[in-house]
Amino acid sequence: MTGRRTLARGAASIVGAGCTEFSRRAGRTELQLACESITAALDDAGMAAADVDGIVSYTVDPVEETELVRSVGFEEINFSARIPYGGGGSVGVLQHAAAAVASGAAEVVVAYRAIRARSGASRFGSAKTAPSPTSGHSGTTAMQWCMPFGVLTPASWMALNSVRYMHEFGVESADFGRAVVQLREYAATNPAAWGYQNPITLDEHQESRWIVEPCIHLLDCCQETDGSVALVITGSQRAADLPHTPVRIGTASTAGLFEQEIASDHYRPDLSVMDGTVALGRRLFEDAGFSRDDIDVALIYDAFSPILLMQLEGLGFCGFGEAKDFIADGSLALDGSLPTNTNGGLIGEGYIHGLNLVLEAVRQLRGTAVNQVADARTAVISASRTGAILTLD
Amino acid sequence: MAADAPIRPSPTVTDDSAVFWDAAAECRLVAQRCAGCGRLRHPPRPMCPACSSLEVEIAELSGQGTLYSYAILHHPQHPAFEYPVIAALVDLEEGVRLLSCLTDVSKDDVRIGMPVHAHFVPTADGPLIPVFRPSEDL
Repeated sequence: MTGRRTLARGAASIVGAGCTEFSRRAGRTELQLACESITAALDDAGMAAADVDGIVSYTVDPVEETELVRSVGFEEINFSARIPYGGGGSVGVLQHAAAAVASGAAEVVVAYRAIRARSGASRFGSAKTAPSPTSGHSGTTAMQWCMPFGVLTPASWMALNSVRYMHEFGVESADFGRAVVQLREYAATNPAAWGYQNPITLDEHQESRWIVEPCIHLLDCCQETDGSVALVITGSQRAADLPHTPVRIGTASTAGLFEQEIASDHYRPDLSVMDGTVALGRRLFEDAGFSRDDIDVALIYDAFSPILLMQLEGLGFCGFGEAKDFIADGSLALDGSLPTNTNGGLIGEGYIHGLNLVLEAVRQLRGTAVNQVADARTAVISASRTGAILTLD
Repeated sequence: MAADAPIRPSPTVTDDSAVFWDAAAECRLVAQRCAGCGRLRHPPRPMCPACSSLEVEIAELSGQGTLYSYAILHHPQHPAFEYPVIAALVDLEEGVRLLSCLTDVSKDDVRIGMPVHAHFVPTADGPLIPVFRPSEDL
């Protein structure tokens, strides 16, 4: 395809970020969680609810716009959007918010996700034989081709790709384990994390029970979590007058390829490569003009550890099949070449469906992360088919 | 199979997917073939992505294929299935890929690239669905 377009570079900025606690039982509704995180994000931005005229979330988020507006006290919404692809679409909220701001469709956009993945009506990773009532219109049609065969969970959908990846490149479970050990090391020093003060060894990873053999042990899985994250996005000019250093959305993009699905791409020819992420990397770097060498910190959607390795390769931070060596070399650590998921990731911190990775990117660029990368100025965020580059420059 | 053995749920049949499940109920494995350009496609859908034709024929498939990938599912467990479930992606010789599962094979004997063949098993409400077993066992 020719004439690919990218967002106006840096036209919009993240000026507020907020969240609830991350827990296994929030004890309150998703609507309340969203209200709390959004209010915290607006306070952080030095704004009031009346300043907001745009709202963006995921198609799978259970909080209705109408209820949110009358709860938070938004006065007049000019723009709203929801992003498909489940967690793969999580960074897409930034693209939509930035596009709305750049086009004039909205001046101040709130992006949010509220989830009770652990204590809700059914656990997010549980075995279900029908798509959930809240998951329509979000890419779940493909699941009807999985469920009669017992392929019922996100882990099982992604595992079919992961096993082919292992086969193609000689990757072993311990290679995933080395990534998890690093994530849990980060989580161990993050008070907000599920894995706070609880690092693991590679042996513990290998001894944890199989969820899906031979690719996903229990410790390769993210933790189903209750909580909410919200972000406030506005034009970079207005952002300059607000309390925090603006975190510019350098670029943000979606790569939805032919035959892609919500949590798998089972019908694409080569499943050993996450080619949606290859396209995403091309759009973030080649098309938008950023250099991989400029990236100080990476936040990569790690619902399950194999897709962390596959995205590192797809984004071009190492060659195909080389993520295992890249990780074994210590690249993901604070003193490595690409500090990654410094909050512990979805595996170590918790699973707010990916939006907590955006929150961590903001903290890193503000210099307020618990595992701070020195002088971090540019971050890449990937959710495999949506992604963004955030920058102070 | 014992009378109280777990039995898998019946597929969700929609107007778009019925062509596949209705044939399976008769022990036939089929794919759509575009009447405009001849391209096979699965899962079924109303329009050919290659030529935009809405005209379709039904192509009978042999059921022979090779195992493209697999996953041995241990947890979580649903009462409708026996564990471990061996999930499978099968590349059929006609050139379409199916998501299904393997039967009649030990999990330790599963190998990517192994030849497999379709057979049909019942679901809770009666309809048959295609699953696969290693071809050597035929």
